[in-house]
Amino acid sequence: MTPPTAAPDFETGTPAAAASAAAPSAGCRDLPVLRERGQREVFCGLTGIIWLHRKMQDAFFLIVGSRTCAHLMQSAAGVMIFAEPRFGTAIIDERDLAGMADVHAELDRVVKRLLDRRPDIRTLFLVGSCPSEVIKLDLSKAAERLDGIHAPDCRVLAYSGSGIETTFTQGEDTCLQALVPRMPSTADAGASGDTASRDTASGDTASGDAEGSVPTSLLVVGTLADVVEDQMRRIFDALGMGPVHFFPPRRSAELPPVGPGTRILLAQPWVNETIHALEGRGARRLEAPFPLGVEGTLAWFQAAAEAWGIDAARVLEATAAARERGERSVERHREVLEGKRIFFFPDSQIELPLARFLARELGMVPVEVGMPYLHRAHMEQEMDLLEQGLLGEDFVLSEGQDVERQLDRCREVRPDLTVCGLGLANPLEALGLTTKWAIELVFTPIQGFEQAGDLAELFARPLRRHAALATLPLATPPQGTPHLPSPTQIPGTQRAPGASAPVEA
Amino acid sequence: MQLTIWTYEGPPHVGAMRVATGMTDVHYVLHAPQGDTYADLLFTMIERRDHRPPVTYTTFQAQDLGGDTAGLVKEAVRAAWERFRPQAMLVGASCTAELIQDDPGGLAATLDLPIPVVPLELPAYQRKENWGASETFYQLVRAMALPHAPPPGTERATVRERCEAEGRRPTCNLLGATALGFRHRDDVTEVTRLLEALGVEVRLVAPMHSSPNDLAGMGEADFNVVLYPEIGGQAATWLERTFRQPSVRTVPIGIGATRDFVREVAAVAGLDEEASLAIVDRKLPSRLPWWSRSVDSTYLTDKRVFIFGDATHAVAAARVAREELGFQVVGLGCYNREFAREVRTAAKAIGIEPLITDDYLEVEDAIREAAPELVLGTQMERHIAKRLGLFCTVISAPVHVQDFPARYSPQMGPEGANVIFDSWVHPLMMGLEEHLLGMFQDDFEFANDRGPSHLHSEAPPAAPTVAPAPVVATPPLMAADATAVADAAAHPAASPGDSQAAIPAAAVATAATVASPEGAPGSASDNGPTWAAEAEQELKKIPFFVRGKVRRNTEAFASERDISAITVDVMYDAKAHFGNR
Repeated sequence: MTPPTAAPDFETGTPAAAASAAAPSAGCRDLPVLRERGQREVFCGLTGIIWLHRKMQDAFFLIVGSRTCAHLMQSAAGVMIFAEPRFGTAIIDERDLAGMADVHAELDRVVKRLLDRRPDIRTLFLVGSCPSEVIKLDLSKAAERLDGIHAPDCRVLAYSGSGIETTFTQGEDTCLQALVPRMPSTADAGASGDTASRDTASGDTASGDAEGSVPTSLLVVGTLADVVEDQMRRIFDALGMGPVHFFPPRRSAELPPVGPGTRILLAQPWVNETIHALEGRGARRLEAPFPLGVEGTLAWFQAAAEAWGIDAARVLEATAAARERGERSVERHREVLEGKRIFFFPDSQIELPLARFLARELGMVPVEVGMPYLHRAHMEQEMDLLEQGLLGEDFVLSEGQDVERQLDRCREVRPDLTVCGLGLANPLEALGLTTKWAIELVFTPIQGFEQAGDLAELFARPLRRHAALATLPLATPPQGTPHLPSPTQIPGTQRAPGASAPVEA
Repeated sequence: MQLTIWTYEGPPHVGAMRVATGMTDVHYVLHAPQGDTYADLLFTMIERRDHRPPVTYTTFQAQDLGGDTAGLVKEAVRAAWERFRPQAMLVGASCTAELIQDDPGGLAATLDLPIPVVPLELPAYQRKENWGASETFYQLVRAMALPHAPPPGTERATVRERCEAEGRRPTCNLLGATALGFRHRDDVTEVTRLLEALGVEVRLVAPMHSSPNDLAGMGEADFNVVLYPEIGGQAATWLERTFRQPSVRTVPIGIGATRDFVREVAAVAGLDEEASLAIVDRKLPSRLPWWSRSVDSTYLTDKRVFIFGDATHAVAAARVAREELGFQVVGLGCYNREFAREVRTAAKAIGIEPLITDDYLEVEDAIREAAPELVLGTQMERHIAKRLGLFCTVISAPVHVQDFPARYSPQMGPEGANVIFDSWVHPLMMGLEEHLLGMFQDDFEFANDRGPSHLHSEAPPAAPTVAPAPVVATPPLMAADATAVADAAAHPAASPGDSQAAIPAAAVATAATVASPEGAPGSASDNGPTWAAEAEQELKKIPFFVRGKVRRNTEAFASERDISAITVDVMYDAKAHFGNR
């Protein structure tokens, strides 16, 4: 594998290792990383609210921001949600910008009105935005003040989902991080989870190996669909290990306990700072790939089982039926996907584990894997599994984004399938490329054995569709074509509307 | 600080994007943080555009704030110039960048690019999308056309004199169409067709379809046609002042307005008015007049419609509803305060209170209160109507992907009138079906809240209209609507806002009210007359689509007469009093 032309902005992850020629079976850990800085075609962290408010059904997310934030929220998911959502935006206006004291009073007023209306809300998140960060509106302080007023009926917390600090899924990370200090200590786990949390948080920092050497509970971190959680719980039960808690929980008022005996498994790759905070409370992360595909899911369960001293053979036995189903349903899509070159634009952070799954279990060939940022410690196992022999020629591992240059590369290599955001998909399709909306990979249950086939199907479908529509002409209609029924021939406008300048995709 | 869930308009820079995206050969550099690129998908997904909007975002991060965000702007402008080579560039800030006061326009000017660079000042904390589009278009027209303006005070010959002197047909520009506009694509085609039939040549459509260099020659056309006053009006006024170029301001939505439009064009262009009308009747006849006069349409008479949208579309819809379909307009409003005056005038003429607000919850309350049979609105009203079990047709932005149909589907001109007839009448109950439902409502296939058969299982209408209409006790703020309140009362554990849970729960709450006429706390019966059980039963025999109206009328009738308990007799007294309205 030769890295792409050695541009000045290439940095090697570990220079010594990069210098040595990588063996064909080596992982991609030592490959150089193309770090780019430029226009990013990625959502900000506010977007995480779209799944978080559905996951935690007793929580409300109040963005303190601008009209742009509100507009983003109603546009981002590509849908308007019919039901009354459990999020809203407190739009800062001119008068608020005039004086800070005013803003806090206004916020108190808005929150009071909101909670009066929604007495069912147990946790209110004040969510920081770009404007609130720039005017240095201290939402943590506001949350503390409001918590004093509304607790214990409703707890008030603050986190940032601003685009200047967070990218897309990182919004979940900052949200969960804000919850960590409220989690009860495992020492008091006998007590009710809801009430025990607050004051004990500081007391249970990692207190020596002896105390934490025996795992007492497993914490699965990162939002999963409820159905996936239930499947996983059944397997953990079959292995006889636990108790197992999921974080975020379905009810924000029922936070799982944490302490030195807690072992963490990452369900999603974007919870890095949350893990750091949990480690600060004594929990330990189990190294594992992410539970995507049959292989990844098995390794994920094995990592947990090993910590509980459970025999590997028993894991194989307990998962045999599910694995067999998973393999069969994945295999069904091999014919469409095998040998196809795939290009990932950065989006959610899940790109590298997906590339691993598609390369190893379906024979796809990654040509570029772009990620918003690369958290090496949490990606180590994934990088080892994504062996260099599986990668396309001139493979690029990129971090950050300069969307114009990345589009140049994409047009240059013309991958068979491009995974990208909604802003890029149709323009790339118009060039004859086949695309997969990245956001679906965040909003769809894709983890675990039972979903492995569904995950493969998400990638196979656009290719099947492309093949099914092969006889359709590719031409896209110019926007606003005068194509009109007679009686009179419809005169066009002065210039042919479609004859625009050759704009880049 | 205003609490908002859904918004009718985006921020003003989205308006600027709509102008830039509709045009060719222009590029917009937007000083903005990561995440503001979400706006691209409005165009690529909702409008299915095959190109990205011509926008470069500087994408500054927290770490840049202490450093050189100004440098980022310059770099982005330079890179955009190198890559896209536009004829002109727009440079401005989004809401966050406005706060850091980098003056992107000034920074771009220091680069001495060989093209016009138009700085945009769009105050994000005061203004909204339509204003942003209008301002951007005006600034761009001004920047490109001003160098070609005649000296102040220069007289301009009439259109007729100009045409006779040069031996040619009159020419005009069409102003106001942008990307992401409601049916702008097809309105432009339809109005072009209409004008061509009259012998008027459309020289330029702008901003949609034009380049900055095209804008430079705008003054050469004999007159302007303002299709969308919200976006094109300001530029037209400047062209009137600067070039003495007259404008046609009638918006040709509906038969009457289209005829007025033809008259105004004839007057401005120096054409014969009667001859022009005759040409349109002959060459471009619309089916709406006969479709509306045919006896099958009798059932449309006095259908109650609630209209909300941008001012231009709302006012036009009110006229069509009343004068061309024989509907009764029971609500009229707009979300853009800048044009509230037009809506107030129209509402006054009808004799109803105008609703000027950008708070969709207020609109929802007003719709519930008015109990219309059809809602004409934006995609917000589509959702409101869905929740209330009412039928809705979209007549104005903001719109969603299904409002960009593959087929030709204008709102303006003769064909627009055809489209309006079909799309407004289609959701309503067909004439005979309405009668059959009324006569044989006990037929099990009609029973309980069936929607019209031609709409399949679209509507679950009964529950919301049955729910007590005036929920006076609840402040009209966010979150809970009547059904959600009922939901919370009946099922504290159910997730509020889940409409699927809310509808049966509302029915439960209503049943509870029937069972105990004193009423549960917070129900309407606290404040108004109560329904006797047999009257409530009688009410259920009335087809669902008029039930809400009957309930409302009966309660009003009883309240006015201080009748505290509604019996079957009271109900029929009320019916006699109100007639069939």
